[in-house]
Amino acid sequence: MDITLIWYLVPALVMFCCGVYGFLTRRNMIAMLISLELMLNAVDINFVVFNRYLFPHSMEGWMFTLFGIAIAAAETALAIAIIINLFRVSKNIDVRDATKMKN
Amino acid sequence: MDYSQFLALKQEIGLLIVFLLVFLTDTFADKKSAKAVPYIACIFMLAQTAYGFFLSHAPATEAFAGMYATSPVLVAIKNILNVGTLIVLIQSLKWTNSEFVAVRRGEFYELTLLTLLGMYLMISSRHFLMFIIGLETASLPLCALVAFDKHRYESHEAAIKYVLTAVFSSAILLMGLSFVYGLAGTLYYDGIAIGLMGQMGVMLAVALAFVIAGFGFKISLVPFHLWTADVYQGAPTSVTSYLSVISKGSAAFAFLVVLTQVFGAFYADAWEWMLYALIVLTITVGNLFAIRQTNMKRFLAFSSISQAGYIMLAIVGDNAMGISALMFYTLVYIFSNLAAFGVIGAIENATGKVDMTDYNGLYKTNPRLSFTMMLAMFSLAGIPPFAGFFSKFFVFTSTLNGTDSAALYVLVLIALINTIISLYYYLLVVKAMFINDSEQPIATFRSACSERLGMWVCVAGIIGLGIVSYFYDYLLTVVG
Repeated sequence: MDITLIWYLVPALVMFCCGVYGFLTRRNMIAMLISLELMLNAVDINFVVFNRYLFPHSMEGWMFTLFGIAIAAAETALAIAIIINLFRVSKNIDVRDATKMKN
Repeated sequence: MDYSQFLALKQEIGLLIVFLLVFLTDTFADKKSAKAVPYIACIFMLAQTAYGFFLSHAPATEAFAGMYATSPVLVAIKNILNVGTLIVLIQSLKWTNSEFVAVRRGEFYELTLLTLLGMYLMISSRHFLMFIIGLETASLPLCALVAFDKHRYESHEAAIKYVLTAVFSSAILLMGLSFVYGLAGTLYYDGIAIGLMGQMGVMLAVALAFVIAGFGFKISLVPFHLWTADVYQGAPTSVTSYLSVISKGSAAFAFLVVLTQVFGAFYADAWEWMLYALIVLTITVGNLFAIRQTNMKRFLAFSSISQAGYIMLAIVGDNAMGISALMFYTLVYIFSNLAAFGVIGAIENATGKVDMTDYNGLYKTNPRLSFTMMLAMFSLAGIPPFAGFFSKFFVFTSTLNGTDSAALYVLVLIALINTIISLYYYLLVVKAMFINDSEQPIATFRSACSERLGMWVCVAGIIGLGIVSYFYDYLLTVVG
């Protein structure tokens, strides 16, 4: 049985949708961050697969993926730092409670 | 590899030198001379701005196999951003010397200069890899800047909201780009435009919607604006002013470049109506929510959402006049909004008050501040002869230039009606300052020298850009 492009694209799309769903429903900030990681990794899979199956003569997708991984790591590090800071101030990382500014 | 092509990145290298100088002074200077860091940052930023004007006749060049491009238009856009950043840096001098911030005042200037570098790259890129790197360089330090007031809970809450939405929007934008890559086989702007030719299908429409949504978050267009008010309110005022003018302006320029150069061929098929809907929603919802705000920073957040709608209107008029109108609008918006934020920051630094009711009777105690605020509000609302009127006028003219499409006329009509609605809430602030009486008005105080300098520059900009036609003519010749 041949493994074709679609075998990779569907899981990547499912991963992305899980990420969006998790981001919108989860209320713990760390869980939201994990959902964001799912979304970013789905994008990486997409780029690699498109490059491998459709445009194997160039390396643009792979290079983009490498940079994408680095950017995702930087984003996570920054977000975790901010979450830790918030935890120090309020002893709580539930987004439902981070609603002091409302009117 | 030909290393001499790095010399094409003249403004970027200049800014990098400014950044390194500030960074090295901040790291290695002893405690006493560290006080000079803010002044060093301002002076070198002034030099960088002057250098940018010096470059304005440099010919268009490319570097890195066409991944990076520069042209007189891009230099002019970067000059506009430079001017705005310089004013923000000057206005935040007092704040960075205050008690809680002084220990790490250097970080503010370093992070701000880094985000500006990211915005340069974002505007100049002609390849999506370069674009994403620029975008992240611009938005990640901004998240750290929003969390700058360590001792204030609101700052952290704003930062977490900002970082989560920023990453979420980047992920959506990247997903759209991955589909675009799958369809076109390249990430070069011009390559994508050729590769997508005649491929209009569901996948491209989805990809386009994802890309526009990703940008919508950055420029805070309705319905992607939900983070804006909280982040603007929670962030330190200097950072809020930077976010509202420079960050938004650069994202709008990048959006213009991407939409016209990459997806220009699909304008009528795919994104024309998406853009119309976004503009109408953005202007109207921003206006309606601004009416009921009482916190000044929140109020300006919603006002900036509706201003973003006008900025997008200039993108619709996709012609030379539209681009120059966009640049002029951003320039005017920088001066007007920074004047308003300058007053808010000065009052907040002196008394800690940011509520609109606190401004009651301000004219009796602080006439000059009230006058500056009034000019800013008049300019934002678009009252002649101040600059805001002409910037709106040029945006509307460029949208309708050489078209007989009924939809565009309706669009401009809706924008016009919204201008009248916006007059109401901008004048509420003026009324609070000049007419309302207060038992305990804000006491008379003398704002710091740096704050006054920043406000003078802004007032000069508001009046000068309105009366002197040279600036718009210049922008028009640069584009044309």
